[in-house]
Amino acid sequence: MYSEKLRRVGSFIILGLLLLALVFTSACSKNLSEPESGVKNGGNDELQGSITIAGSTSVQPFTEVLAEEFQSKNPGVKINVQGGGSSQGIETAISGAADIGASSRELKDEEKKAGLKETTIALDAIAIVVHPSNRLGELKMEDVRNIYLGNIANWKELGGADAPISIVCREEGSGTRGAFEEIVMNKQDIFAKSLIQNSTGAVRTTVAGDKNAIGFISLAAVNQDVKALKIDGVLPAVDNVKNGSYKISRPFIYLTRTASDNKIADSFIEFVLSDEGQNILGNEGAISIK
Amino acid sequence: MNGIIEGKITAVKQHNNREEKSQILQAKAGRWERILVILRKSKARFIPEILVEKLLMLSAVVSIMALLLISVFIFSRGVPLIASVGLGDFLFSLEWKPIQGKFGIGAMFVGSLLLTSASLAWAVPLGLLTAIFMAEIAPPPVGRIMTRMVSLLAGIPSVVYGFFGLVIIVPLIRNYLGGTGMSVLAGAIILGIMILPTIINISRDAIQAVPLVYKESSLALGASHYQTIGRLILPAASSGIITAVVLAMGRAIGETMAVVMVTGNAAIIPDSLLAPLRTMTSNIVLEMGYAAGDHQAALFATGAILFIFILLLNLLLNFIRRAGKRYAGN
Repeated sequence: MYSEKLRRVGSFIILGLLLLALVFTSACSKNLSEPESGVKNGGNDELQGSITIAGSTSVQPFTEVLAEEFQSKNPGVKINVQGGGSSQGIETAISGAADIGASSRELKDEEKKAGLKETTIALDAIAIVVHPSNRLGELKMEDVRNIYLGNIANWKELGGADAPISIVCREEGSGTRGAFEEIVMNKQDIFAKSLIQNSTGAVRTTVAGDKNAIGFISLAAVNQDVKALKIDGVLPAVDNVKNGSYKISRPFIYLTRTASDNKIADSFIEFVLSDEGQNILGNEGAISIK
Repeated sequence: MNGIIEGKITAVKQHNNREEKSQILQAKAGRWERILVILRKSKARFIPEILVEKLLMLSAVVSIMALLLISVFIFSRGVPLIASVGLGDFLFSLEWKPIQGKFGIGAMFVGSLLLTSASLAWAVPLGLLTAIFMAEIAPPPVGRIMTRMVSLLAGIPSVVYGFFGLVIIVPLIRNYLGGTGMSVLAGAIILGIMILPTIINISRDAIQAVPLVYKESSLALGASHYQTIGRLILPAASSGIITAVVLAMGRAIGETMAVVMVTGNAAIIPDSLLAPLRTMTSNIVLEMGYAAGDHQAALFATGAILFIFILLLNLLLNFIRRAGKRYAGN
């Protein structure tokens, strides 16, 4: 009887330990696989191994398409593409948890000191969008700021219809919001009563469904459901972003450690900067840097 | 008396020591041990049975481990941040600017409570009256059809409720009441519909569980049907009805998807029913995609607060059930 009980308690403990061990090994295997990456570059032209790219979810879809193309050219290479956001991309690039970190915002000063090499792979512009029925076609950057500060609350103050403005905004931590705060808001706080949506698509849907709404989304995401406004007289368009006349734009950056010598990461970035890579970026809706 | 029993026991002991042992075993051990003892007698079935037993135990262990791991994970990530911000500041400060290092979930805390009470405020009376109708007044076939429809209502995925709210309720509020439409009101309407099945089903069961004798006696004493319902059946079913309300409250606090879609999610304490609001669950789901470092820890901390909140609700529920049993016993 007693030994029966003991055996039972024992097997409970063993099971528990097994489960814990499982969790730990899965956590450790990630670390173990890291040094492997990029090391096995046996031949001179044949790349072998795997790399991890993590960071901005704005960059992620582009990275995925690029990685797919790169892997079909180099069958020995496995590229893991993960999200996590710009801050996490920078963090993992510094810590080495990812071979390439992706960011959709400029680095902060303290992040610049961490020994990272920045490569701008493309540009993205943020379009200020309103409902297609909105009478206005153009706003000054200052007006946009005042709307998002809550200082201008009615469209008629800007020459539109007599209707309250519904401000739509991304959530804290979003790269698009970060870029918008930096470029448009001069880092002043966005009006606390603005509606928060947590994806580009959700902002677009909200603006498309509310004739008094204003929102900001990536230029690539603008479609016929919403109207993109001219800012300071400049239409958000690829050419205007490239020549710098449209001001609300941001870079897509790949970050690598300057100290590390990772052949796969280097040749992937080389591929992204090549004409072919830039074409892919352009087709997917980003603005190539060439 | 005792002497006789003892004498009998000794007799049995002397008679068959082995039989006695297995009897004591059976008396002492729980259900599983008893089954095992029976199984030992039939050795042919022993091996497959023990496999099944281990499988069942493994399932139990896995689910308990899952609970343990989740709680350890949430608290180990969240508690350090609460400690550094201070529990009071974290819970009651109204400034949520995680990028600037200001972590106050006061607005979300109030938001969760406000939205839950607003939805309970209309869903509880409606649900209770529906339950009374189904249990007491409707002819049985009608009651059966309604029961099926209510369970259908409970089976709709929450994202569908949210979509319905976004496409139908929000524009209606915007066009007829003003504001952006994404508001406390929209959230309360959608959430209220979502918790109706919980309220209706559980309070109907409670009402039906009231002994028929009570009702018959009341009617025999000359009370009308409505007097009987109001003065006798409802008080007798009160602990079940309160259980229904508390369970509905738990569902309302935990609901996320539909709420995120229709409430506008501004991290402020709303000043009217037409203003937007953010709940604690919305806060987590909205910002988890991009959160890193302390920001992420703050979201885990929000989860920890929610966890404690739900735990307290469950304790309250147990308390009510026990009180209800005592009441019924008296």
